Amino acid sequence: MDIIVENITKRFGSQKAVDNVSFRVNTGEIVGFLGPNGAGKSTTMRAITCFLSPNEGDIRIGDYSIHQHPEEIKRIIGYLPELNPLYQDMPVLDYLKFIAELHGIPKIKRIQRILKMVHTCGLEGEKHKKIGELSRGYKQRVGLAQALIHDPQVLILDEPTSGLDPNQIIEIRELIREIGREKTVILSSHILAEVEATCDRILIINKGRIVADGTSSDLRKRAQNKEILKLTIEEGERNVIYKTLQSMKNTDLVDIISQSGNTFELQSKPGTSSRRDIFRICVDQGWILTEMTPTETKLEDVFRLLTMN
Amino acid sequence: MVTIWIITKRELKSFFDSLLAYIMIIAFLVFTGLFTWMIGQTIFLVKQASLQSFFGVSYWALFIFIPALSMKLIAEERSSGTLELILTKPVSDAQLVMGKFLAVLILVLLSLALTLPYYITVASIGPIDHGATILGYLGLVLMSAAYISIGIFASSVTNNQIISFLLALFIGIFFHLIFDILARYFPGFIGNTLNYLSLSTHYESLTRGVIDSKDLIYFASLIVLGLFGAEMMIGRRNLTD
Repeated sequence: MDIIVENITKRFGSQKAVDNVSFRVNTGEIVGFLGPNGAGKSTTMRAITCFLSPNEGDIRIGDYSIHQHPEEIKRIIGYLPELNPLYQDMPVLDYLKFIAELHGIPKIKRIQRILKMVHTCGLEGEKHKKIGELSRGYKQRVGLAQALIHDPQVLILDEPTSGLDPNQIIEIRELIREIGREKTVILSSHILAEVEATCDRILIINKGRIVADGTSSDLRKRAQNKEILKLTIEEGERNVIYKTLQSMKNTDLVDIISQSGNTFELQSKPGTSSRRDIFRICVDQGWILTEMTPTETKLEDVFRLLTMN
Repeated sequence: MVTIWIITKRELKSFFDSLLAYIMIIAFLVFTGLFTWMIGQTIFLVKQASLQSFFGVSYWALFIFIPALSMKLIAEERSSGTLELILTKPVSDAQLVMGKFLAVLILVLLSLALTLPYYITVASIGPIDHGATILGYLGLVLMSAAYISIGIFASSVTNNQIISFLLALFIGIFFHLIFDILARYFPGFIGNTLNYLSLSTHYESLTRGVIDSKDLIYFASLIVLGLFGAEMMIGRRNLTD
């Protein structure tokens, strides 16, 4: 089911937590919501899950609108809220049964679903314990299990891997990837590597506005459309090579990055490429080109660039 | 309806798991038992086969106990964040409030049911007015329902359980006592209005065996008002600016 967010604005007092945000998430897509703390990620997710209703705009999931059909939308969404609130005094199994009942899963299928979730989320050893006695990682799994129990079409996960150790993070990511094949998933995070590893598409939100939307490679390109090459050229005089590289027509900037060897970093002018020129120069001068590596902009740089101003 | 019952079941289970339910029931039975049979204006002193003294004690016991049961209902969900969890399941604000209301009501009904031996004992001692006794129980149930709904309202205002408890008592004491006292000082229309607002007026007429639609409307409106107020307070998250 597609999620279509249309111009939603949510105000808290005079402050706009979400300001005229629109985007679309297609079925089978995993979208990562990225942004600094307080950017409006959770507020947007709360609007999608019908916990907060936006002051303006509409959100549609399939044929349903959050204003007209909140009950239907709640039925098709699995939601893991931020900080993973749980009833601490309930045993894991009782808790999952409670959530399954609320979702109206028929009695015959209920036990089967609960056991499947216990298995999928690796809760076998803890299923009889009270939630309050579990470690943070296991609580997070219980949170995921409750979000997935009714096999939802749409999954909204607010910081799903916070508080987990690296092994658990990888497990949960794999789980999300697996689930994400048939379902529509939105997850938020402020860990860039996580979003890059899990998501097909990234939305960067800052101060309540969407500032970027695209795949991680799109975003990199968007932030810096200059070609940056790392070059190592042998059999030539360092300064001669430096001057020659600088004199090429597409060159913007050349840097010598090694102390002894002939390794350079070459930035081309925006929108141009110097690769062919470099090759020709090397051939003309009889130099040997041993390395030419395009340097990618880090997603961290993109993120900083988009959210700092 | 099913959703409400699921909420009620969970709430009841949590009352019993946390021992709160047992403590409340035992405290209620000890408290009412002492004052009905052993201390003060007991049945033996009054020398009438009537549960008037029990109804008098219960009137105060429930007034104090109910806020203690209801104080956590919404406040705890708010402070732990589970309010967001539950309201993003297919549950409406009203269903949540109703479910919680029912849970406390059932607990109170259970406590009252456990006092039936008092009734049976007194009935075996002498000729008891069955009508008045049944209406007295009805009065207790209605009064409890009214205080539970006030308690839920108080609980929905804050995320602090102590504040919720005190607020419930504060609102409750007006209906319980203050309106009644004030009514004596004001003549005419104001006095009548205050008298009508006082819960004790309606409760006492029921325990004397008189049933009037005026009393039923009074209790019903208090219950609806409290529950509606609680629902509004939960929905307040969407009423910014």
